[in-house]
Amino acid sequence: MKSIKEKKKLNLRLGGFFFVLPSIIAVAIFVYGMILWTVNISLSNRNSGYVEKIENVGLKNYTDLLVDERFTHALSNLIKFTLTFMLATLLAGFIMALLLEKGIKGEGFFRSFYLYPMAISFIAMGTAFRWLFFTEKGEDAAGFNLILRSIGLGFLQNDWILSENGAMYSMAIPAVWQMSGYVMALFLAGFRGIPDEMREAARVDGASEFQIYRQILFPQLTPTVLTIFIILGHVSMKMFDLIVGINGKSYGTQVVAVYMWEATFDSGDLAKGTAISVFILIMVALVVVPYLRYVNKQEAYR
Amino acid sequence: MRKGSIRLIAAASAIALAITGCSSSSDETANTDTQFEIFTWWASGGEAAGLGALVDLYKAQNPNTEFINASVAGGAGVNAKAVLVSRMDAGDAPDSFQAHAGLEVIASYAAQGKLEDLTSLYQSEGWDKSFPADLIKQTTLDGKIYSVPVNIHRANVLWWNPGTAAKAGITKAPTTLDEMFADLEKFKKAGVKTPMVLAGGEGSWAMAHLLDYVLVASMGPEKFEGLFTGATSWEGPEVATALKNYQRLLSYGDKGKNSFGWGEAGAAITKGTGGFFIMGDWASAQWQNEGAVLGTDYTFAAGPGTVGIYQWLSDTFTLPVGAKNRNAALTWLKLAGSKEGQDAFNPLKGSIAARTDSDLSLYDDYLKSAAADWAKDRLVGSTAHGVTADNKFMAAMNAAVGKYVSGGAKDNAGLAKDLAAAQAAVVK
Repeated sequence: MKSIKEKKKLNLRLGGFFFVLPSIIAVAIFVYGMILWTVNISLSNRNSGYVEKIENVGLKNYTDLLVDERFTHALSNLIKFTLTFMLATLLAGFIMALLLEKGIKGEGFFRSFYLYPMAISFIAMGTAFRWLFFTEKGEDAAGFNLILRSIGLGFLQNDWILSENGAMYSMAIPAVWQMSGYVMALFLAGFRGIPDEMREAARVDGASEFQIYRQILFPQLTPTVLTIFIILGHVSMKMFDLIVGINGKSYGTQVVAVYMWEATFDSGDLAKGTAISVFILIMVALVVVPYLRYVNKQEAYR
Repeated sequence: MRKGSIRLIAAASAIALAITGCSSSSDETANTDTQFEIFTWWASGGEAAGLGALVDLYKAQNPNTEFINASVAGGAGVNAKAVLVSRMDAGDAPDSFQAHAGLEVIASYAAQGKLEDLTSLYQSEGWDKSFPADLIKQTTLDGKIYSVPVNIHRANVLWWNPGTAAKAGITKAPTTLDEMFADLEKFKKAGVKTPMVLAGGEGSWAMAHLLDYVLVASMGPEKFEGLFTGATSWEGPEVATALKNYQRLLSYGDKGKNSFGWGEAGAAITKGTGGFFIMGDWASAQWQNEGAVLGTDYTFAAGPGTVGIYQWLSDTFTLPVGAKNRNAALTWLKLAGSKEGQDAFNPLKGSIAARTDSDLSLYDDYLKSAAADWAKDRLVGSTAHGVTADNKFMAAMNAAVGKYVSGGAKDNAGLAKDLAAAQAAVVK
């Protein structure tokens, strides 16, 4: 009786392994194999189609990037975008969650209402915001400038994504609009995960409502904030479709991924393009890998 | 200039003949191949229609050859070129493929030994007489001709709305940059919203296109061509003057600070809200598609300062080394270079024939005038469309112009420096 059970168990395990085997092979080839391939090209001298003898040049393509004005420009744009996007999204999502957390009437409606922008793809939203960011002012204003003008805030009309210094901050607006509902949902889940008994105990001890939030609830949201930072961070660092949807490959709003596209496909500089790709991969990995380890540890404790 | 290049070609052909010996006889072989594969990025619209007309002719003349149309869609061939390069790397070249005349054919393919010499085909078909020498020069490397041009687009065309011009008191087309500035002033005084129509979007290529024209208009064709051979410095006084003109033109628009593609921006001409617009002649085909009428809703002239100069770009077909169906490909090239083939293709594509003897009754008024200019003008290649520059330079130029436009200061010296760096990075 027992041995049959064990056999079944073994069969189940073996069967399970064979079921996931195709996916393991596919991931091994198309994800990790391709990463190695990309790294390999990034270490070569394939800087143009004219190169006849392909050879290894070590880290030259990477060191070249550091002094490439175009790359540092794209990187600084990305940093501006990422900081604005993460902080604004976190703040907006948090405030919305705080308002909904009390269990107001029609909470379900508001939850979906704020979450819906997430259902739109970045490229479709980029196209819509391209029109909203129309830069004509005064008589010919459209989009945001028209709204500002018609509510009497005409002096706020500006160049949006074409402004010299503020372009990346404008670019963050649609991203914030899209992701803040998602952040709200994560915060709400965080709030809901805190047992009511804790609040009640605090009330019994005479804590004010503000104290309850400040001392009891917020500290317990730290893992949620961390999760949100990781999710927003890696979305932001890989940002490509939204930027291209709104402003094409234009220099003013070029971020690292867009420059990668230009280097690879427009300039035909495969070595440089792949070096930028690897740079993005490392950047994202630096954020995501420690987080995954942290999560795994947390789960092991439970 | 032209005389010189004719001599050059004659000499080159003689040498080529001497080297290849009786190779020209192989071109006379009848098409016995059962298959023929052509590779283009003409997958939609007038481009696909033009190709279709050419394909129909080919099929009628070669009923026993199966025709394989391997089009890879994607703007300006970006995707197609990537596929093409990988296929050639793998030794699986198509029998003929599309490439822009100029550095694209010469540097990207011919210099790497990927194309067969077509000089003997030019002689057997008499093409050295039917194509302008300046054009043949752009598909020639070391005296050998490597591709067959099928069409010509013109880049330096000035467009405007006759009604708007009449309101502003402009009665004739400006012929110099100074006259153009005077007319822009008139547009401005008459209250025309954007005297100079600019298209700053789509990665700034249309702004680079405008700069390309201003460079020719400011320094003339010889100095302009010198920019790409090293004879003229990008950081010299000629470019500085050109950039001043560029800056001045931009001041009559929104300085290029808009996210319009050329189509959106150019609508200002047909709607009458814009003054002048510099754009390639595909604008005419596009506007007619939108229902605008040539002569009423828009009219044209050679770009001021470039009268008598034809800044061109051209699609050509090639014969890759190792083509599996070489005879079928040669038959295709003969058709593509023939009067019959070009007159079937071009009226649909919205371009003129590369040949100087096409049947003009098939073309509209703009194309008729363009064809007349093509036959007599000084020809100079387009940078923004890959004749005088390769893809790498084009990408760098677009970025440099984008940087210039997005900066408030309009840093002329900085732009010159960026362009010089782009030129220095071009692999010869």
